[in-house]
Amino acid sequence: MKKVFLYLFLSVSAILTLAPFFWMISASLMADGHASVYPPRFFPDVTTLIQFQTLFTRLNALSNFFNSLILSLLVTTVSLLFNSMAGYAFAKFRFSGKDKLFTLLLSSMIIPAQVTMLPLFLMLKEMGFINTYMAIVIPGLANIFGIFMIRQYALSIPDSLLESARIDGATDFQIYWKIILPLCTPILVTLALFTFLGTWNDFLWPLIVLTDNSMYTLPVALANLMGEHTKDPELMMAGSVVTIIPVVIVFLALQKYYIKGIMMGGVKE
Amino acid sequence: MKNNNLKALIIFLGPAMLAIFVFFFIPVISAFVISFTDFDIYSLGNFSNARFIGLRNYTQLFEDPLFWTALQNTLFFVILAGPLSVCVSLFAAMLLNAKLVKFKGIFRLSYFMPVVTTLIAVAIVWRFIYHPRFGLLNYLLGFFHVNPVDWLGDPFWAMPAIVLMSVWKNFGYNMIIFIAGLNNIPSDLYEAATIEGASWWQQFRSITLPMLVPTTLFISIITMIGYFQLFAEPYIMTQGGPLNKTLSIVQYMYQEGFRWWNMGYSAAIAFVLFFIIFLGTVIQTFIQKKLKHA
Repeated sequence: MKKVFLYLFLSVSAILTLAPFFWMISASLMADGHASVYPPRFFPDVTTLIQFQTLFTRLNALSNFFNSLILSLLVTTVSLLFNSMAGYAFAKFRFSGKDKLFTLLLSSMIIPAQVTMLPLFLMLKEMGFINTYMAIVIPGLANIFGIFMIRQYALSIPDSLLESARIDGATDFQIYWKIILPLCTPILVTLALFTFLGTWNDFLWPLIVLTDNSMYTLPVALANLMGEHTKDPELMMAGSVVTIIPVVIVFLALQKYYIKGIMMGGVKE
Repeated sequence: MKNNNLKALIIFLGPAMLAIFVFFFIPVISAFVISFTDFDIYSLGNFSNARFIGLRNYTQLFEDPLFWTALQNTLFFVILAGPLSVCVSLFAAMLLNAKLVKFKGIFRLSYFMPVVTTLIAVAIVWRFIYHPRFGLLNYLLGFFHVNPVDWLGDPFWAMPAIVLMSVWKNFGYNMIIFIAGLNNIPSDLYEAATIEGASWWQQFRSITLPMLVPTTLFISIITMIGYFQLFAEPYIMTQGGPLNKTLSIVQYMYQEGFRWWNMGYSAAIAFVLFFIIFLGTVIQTFIQKKLKHA
């Protein structure tokens, strides 16, 4: 009996949690005005792809989609390279001031990103990077959290392994490329996933530095569209579907790494 | 392992440190400096137009009713949504950790889904869920004979509506951390307690909660830091309204800095936010330390 009750509760909560997504997909397949009815429709009366058609032809959402995709891939690749190199150095190099530098980095993680936004905007403006991909890539080149995650992971790689490679004549770069990176694959996948989703979902910074519809990422384009199409839930839902589907696919494919990453961050203390 | 090779150090550490120094630390320091100037739209073309005005931005801030409104709203949001989302997360984690539950993976995935999805997109979805006439929420409440509420248009309900949506969006994340924390509690503690006849509630009070103190501290701090940065939800759902009841600190900072280009003033707002977050972190750490030794 207790078991039935537990399952019932879990299932109802799961359905309620997923209901917004269900309604989003359903409404995105409706014709204009068909989602604004009472009582609300949970299934389209007539299924149509007209909203997606409007989105991709008249509203040029394809370029927004590619902006999001390219930027997310770009930031992920570059930051993974920078973070993994630094993480390796912090885990395995010996140099004076290492612990102090690392502590400084960790404690500065409490500074909210908003503090940096004004001067960063001015810097990028001086460099002529406002409304370009560089405006998103530059602040994402490296990040402290990523360095921390990789360092923690790389610490567990035994020094003896690196020593013997060195005796065999391996250079620092070969050690990094042939030993550290392959052994760090799980954490690299986790971090890549965090960075990809983080960049894809980011809103405030792209809103500030991207000023032109053709440069907008999907979230910014969507927010902009919301201002003009407040009365078109079907169109807005189609836009939300296009924005959400890629992250859901990426997440579902790699969810194991994502969950592990959160647990690592959470249990460290 | 010996490695004092300066060249290797520069190659491996250099790029990341340079990027973080130039595009993080320098902006932080610059923002601090800018917050003591009258940097505005005229300084945007020529930085030398900005003058030092000492603490004037900060004193002005304390006399600015709109800033107090934003601060009050943000605090209200953090104090309501923070504990609520921590409790929901813990509850969900404990349910999913119960031994008799099968299909854990599917439930966990369902609860986790809102976390990975794009905030802007789900905020738009919720905007329609809260629609006074056609929205799902009023429809559901109709079954319980609740009269339709204009959730986002009513000054009283707008912020609680944003709280509900945020808890829905975020509880899955903390749930995962709590599950990890629960799994770290040695099971023989519970076995011993069961043998001695401790009730479920007693076990919860004297084993689960104390053992989860470090996890809870971590979760409350990251949740608080995240919630203090409230921006996208009101931006999409209410634009700060009605009657500025959902205007948040970050939104005010964004408006002052990037809409009116009052960058000096905006930088001061950003630093006050930083200070509040810092204070909040210190207070929570202190309280939980006390709890641990109590």
